[in-house]
Amino acid sequence: MTELNIIVCAKQIPDPEAPLSDVRVDGEKKEVFVDAPNVISPFDENALEAALVLQEEAGARVTVLSLGRKVSDTVLRKSLAAGADELILLQDNAFEKLDSHSVARVLADAIQRIGDCDLVLTGRQAGDWDSGQVGLMLGEILGLPCISLAREIKVEGRQVQVKKNIAGGYEQVRAALPALVTVSNEVGELRYISRTRMMKMLRKASSIPSWSSGDFVSTPDALQGMEIKELSSPPDMGRSCEFIEGATLEEKADQLVAAITSF
Amino acid sequence: MNEVLILGEILEGSMDPKTLELVGIGRKLAEDLGGGLSVALMGGAVSAAAEQAASVGPDHVYKVEHPLLEGFTPDLWLAALEQICKKVKPKILLMSHVPLGMELGPRLAVRLNTRLTTDCIDLSIDPADGLLLRTKPVSGGNAISVFKCPGEPQMATMRGKVFGAAEPAEKEGEIGDLVPEIDDSMIKVVSLGVVREEIVSLDKADAVVAGGAGLGDEGGFEMLSDLSRALGKTLGNVMLGCSRVAVDKGWISSDHQVGLTGSMISPDVYVAVGISGAIQHLVGMVHSKKIIAINTDKGCNMFKVADYGVVEDYEKLIPALVKRLEELS
Ligand SMILES: Cc1cc2nc3c(=O)[nH]c(=O)nc-3n(C[C@H](O)[C@H](O)[C@H](O)COP(=O)(O)OP(=O)(O)OC[C@H]3O[C@@H](n4cnc5c(N)ncnc54)[C@H](O)[C@@H]3O)c2cc1C
Ligand SMILES: Nc1ncnc2c1ncn2[C@@H]1O[C@H](COP(=O)(O)O)[C@@H](O)[C@H]1O
Repeated sequence: MTELNIIVCAKQIPDPEAPLSDVRVDGEKKEVFVDAPNVISPFDENALEAALVLQEEAGARVTVLSLGRKVSDTVLRKSLAAGADELILLQDNAFEKLDSHSVARVLADAIQRIGDCDLVLTGRQAGDWDSGQVGLMLGEILGLPCISLAREIKVEGRQVQVKKNIAGGYEQVRAALPALVTVSNEVGELRYISRTRMMKMLRKASSIPSWSSGDFVSTPDALQGMEIKELSSPPDMGRSCEFIEGATLEEKADQLVAAITSF
Repeated sequence: MNEVLILGEILEGSMDPKTLELVGIGRKLAEDLGGGLSVALMGGAVSAAAEQAASVGPDHVYKVEHPLLEGFTPDLWLAALEQICKKVKPKILLMSHVPLGMELGPRLAVRLNTRLTTDCIDLSIDPADGLLLRTKPVSGGNAISVFKCPGEPQMATMRGKVFGAAEPAEKEGEIGDLVPEIDDSMIKVVSLGVVREEIVSLDKADAVVAGGAGLGDEGGFEMLSDLSRALGKTLGNVMLGCSRVAVDKGWISSDHQVGLTGSMISPDVYVAVGISGAIQHLVGMVHSKKIIAINTDKGCNMFKVADYGVVEDYEKLIPALVKRLEELS
């Protein structure tokens, strides 16, 4: 059987699960600053995990693509430590804060330049702007069958079979390869990577390929940045919490039941 | 011409309440633009829903009927919607931020060479150029951003329950047919069947007892079920909710998930057990009328949005609560 070529699109973002006290909204610079290390966007880790499962089951070459003005290879090397075969960084000043449609165009150009590709996986939505568009846009630009919200992905021959989340259950769908699938968290968390493995990958001298716009973007003039008119903090959600402190469990239970059932 | 078009949805034969919310905001935008408002309804047979849509006063209701639009085959719906947009040439196209809109929106935006903003909580017209100002929570809900994009139609998906539903109007909309040209050859993704697991309509719950990673294992949800049952006697319809981590661990199905990528709910009572209160969870439950948090970590974020809190190991507290509720009944 010929090996599958899988491309996983993974975005580097400020940790979306950082404690709220570490998050600062700068209305002037129109940016959300997070006082925590950058990470691979969580659903993209799920997509990578799905690819690695296929790599084990069906034999696959997994290539990770990450796009940004500047992408930290220390963050993205985690994908190599987890088992991806190749990582390609798409970095250029022109890629700063592109809108979703433009991101999808650039990723499509990169995938076309890579050439051999049977399956493109993306996360269902990135944890910074919560947009949830790039995956399906990318599939549409490449003219691929598009499947969203996968909870399980299997490849048999030249077909991909997906369990797709729908309200109240799932739908089993099938498409011919090449295809695009957006991945939801139900596929499972990215496998555990031991510290030694991670450190080894970080220390490894191998250089990570980095492509800039001139190397592969077909229509640089068509790229558009996001236009943010305003960025502000949300209304305060805080309430004043009355802590229930009883001497015994029974006392606490008694008071809490009263609090829950009183209106 | 300056038309605001809404993709309506049909739920068991009648118009989805979320579509009424779209009509509400759509009408305001149409007035500001000085244009018309129309609703497109797609499906195998949509006459009844079309009558209903007409009664809330859009200028036009487009019936887009085709046997192949029965059920939701995204490739076909996309093709039909693309054709409608090319005929109607709306200035603005609105959909609900539900799986259907989330799936069609991005693909349609590429086909029409325009931009889309998802999960908006407000929309207005920039008087300077007539473009949409799209207000959307970002960063999980840590910030609110207002975007502007070029392109036509101006596209947005709207979060539910932010706008009130449109009231019946005096003037009824005109109902007309738009016949899509679609056929089987457009289907690239084939459905092999639907598996129903469990219908969990969290938005219909009077109270929700939700568990998170702090439950430690699957058995925790059995304890929460006991609590739900015991609370049911006084609170009405009590359902189980959860955080994403509980789904990730495989303890409970994703239909129970509350939050940004789950359900957004506002029941009378929300009991959060072993949930830390990450922003993506909070946005789904913070509008609950009464919030109770049970957590071993006094500093956790859930207590900041709670009305009542107990710093305690749930494995000890829940059985005591159940016992107390049973004594009372
Ligand atoms: C784009 C994006 C979308 C997301 N969408 C969602 C969403 O829709 N819904 C959602 O929930 N999350 C969502 N998340 C994930 C979210 O960021 C958090 O990771 C998640 O909500 C944390 O779940 P948790 O509170 O159960 O787990 P944790 O954060 O691990 O918290 C566990 C809590 O349990 C407490 N605990 C431990 N032991 C006990 C005990 N014995 N008794 C009582 N308490 C105990 C701990 O003190 C802790 O506070 C999303 C994330 C991203 C990036
Ligand atoms: N800059 C990027 N680099 C690589 N992949 C991306 C990038 N932006 C978005 N994606 C992919 O597209 C998915 C959806 O992103 P979004 O539409 O921005 O929410 C993400 O989960 C990623 O898989």
